Amino acid sequence: MSILITSMIIGLILSLLALGVFISFRVFDFPDITVEGSFTLGAALAATLIVGGMNPLLAGMLAFLAGMTAGVLTGFIHTRFRINPLLSGILVMTALYSVNLHVMGKSNLPMPGSVTIFSWLGNVSATLFGESGKVVLLGWSVDARDMLILVVCLLAVSLVCVVLRWFFRTNLGTAMRATGDNAQMIRALGVNTKGMIVFGIALANGFVALSGAMLAQFQGFADVQMGIGMMVWGLASVIIGQAVVGESSVGVVIFGAVLGSVLFRLLVAIALRLGMNPNDLKIITAVFVFIALILPVFMKRRKGFFKRKEYA
Amino acid sequence: MLKVTGLEKTFNEGTVNEVRALQGVSFALEEGGFVCVLGTNGSGKSTLLNAVAGSFPVDQGSIVLDGVDITKWPEHKRARSIGRVFQNPLSGTAPHMTIGENLSLALKRGKSRGLGQGISATQKEEFVRMVRPLNMDLEERLDNPIGKLSGGQRQALTLLMASALKPKLLLLDEHTAALDPKTAAKVTEITQMIVNRDRLTTLMVTHSMQQAVHMGDRILMMHNGRLAYDFRGKTKKRLKVSDLLALFDELRRKDAIDVSVATLLTNNYV
Repeated sequence: MSILITSMIIGLILSLLALGVFISFRVFDFPDITVEGSFTLGAALAATLIVGGMNPLLAGMLAFLAGMTAGVLTGFIHTRFRINPLLSGILVMTALYSVNLHVMGKSNLPMPGSVTIFSWLGNVSATLFGESGKVVLLGWSVDARDMLILVVCLLAVSLVCVVLRWFFRTNLGTAMRATGDNAQMIRALGVNTKGMIVFGIALANGFVALSGAMLAQFQGFADVQMGIGMMVWGLASVIIGQAVVGESSVGVVIFGAVLGSVLFRLLVAIALRLGMNPNDLKIITAVFVFIALILPVFMKRRKGFFKRKEYA
Repeated sequence: MLKVTGLEKTFNEGTVNEVRALQGVSFALEEGGFVCVLGTNGSGKSTLLNAVAGSFPVDQGSIVLDGVDITKWPEHKRARSIGRVFQNPLSGTAPHMTIGENLSLALKRGKSRGLGQGISATQKEEFVRMVRPLNMDLEERLDNPIGKLSGGQRQALTLLMASALKPKLLLLDEHTAALDPKTAAKVTEITQMIVNRDRLTTLMVTHSMQQAVHMGDRILMMHNGRLAYDFRGKTKKRLKVSDLLALFDELRRKDAIDVSVATLLTNNYV
């Protein structure tokens, strides 16, 4: 049970990453690989600042801003110099590797005994339920600390979802969605699509960096390699979410991305528990995303025998 | 309202694919005027429209709209005062967004887009009022994604969106060319209704001489990147399709003379 709860917590932490990938990949149709660098950037910056004694919430906010800066760079390289989106992301991601090493000063930064959001929650749990207190959940006795963290994460992510849903329904957010859906049309309606793309990619990377900052705090260290494969991870979450909730309104799709992240993390935990070699994790993720990407095309082709459907 | 002076545009300059699409086009368009731009394929009529809309920078010349020189303005900035309908019915609307969302985007043309909610209850009533004159039963479908509509319906909505805030200039780029004849007639009718109702200054590119004869108060005929003819007033009213056909024929013959004269001169003197 404890492993399930831990997986759900990590799933929720990584759902911020999934939301970031959702913004760049689904809203803007921009395959943004900056994610792999900005995830580590958020983790490295937060870990360094927290080890230095900074308030973990403030460190998380700074990580968010750092991620946004990385996103602005990618967006700017793409829109100003007309470099292919993927290549723009690769350039920034590669540069960030050095930046991250400089930030941490070494390739792995443990933060033992530092005050993190999760150590706070541990203290709260200790005062409420006692040291290594237990609570009963559906007949299971589970660690009170883990349970408290899970609930807080759930509330925090829900809040983020509500804010994002609100944002994407404002005039600005609607214009952003239209930029990804039909750039020519929204330009003809007076929107600076380049500015929208830069802002959107910045926002996406802000969430990704925040996710990295939270994961570093949860696992108690930052590592320069921790961003590798994160874009595909986020994609997998978004795709699973979409498979579950279907094509629907913005709010539902945002919720789907979070749900997808948690489900995917649970699937991985179960697979690892069943004896999957952890080294195979990335290849399985990649194959999974590949199948998920081609499946809709394949299904449509099958459907085409019965019914021709125009929907562009 | 619109004053275009000495517009020149060459694509792929200095390569074998060089196309001199606009070779010094000048004209002025008074407020409330409805001009049809006719021309053969490759005559530069769509290029002219895109140059005015700002899809690309021009090489030479100036574009002045309502006394403001917009030649150097980017497309989105010009869009504050220019409404546009594209040839492709899919180009003018965002397919995965609802009819309501698309209309709300259009009602914010050229205004700052802040954190106000995109669709409010009062706006919904306004949307209903907007789509009712189309007679397409879209009132009940405001929450459906636009991608599920037919090309004609989408083009009609694009027209609504382009004209929603009474732009200083409405650009129509062969906007009925990709539709079936019946739908095209319907969209033409809607165009006429909106332009008359709001007295919009309109520049319509078309390859249908029928349309050019029946709509608008002026015809510009383009050929090889230049304005070949300009008919207005009574002359325009008297024009028939057969007259236009004859003129096109004449232009074609003139082209042929160019080539044959060149051959003649080459044979005799080179």
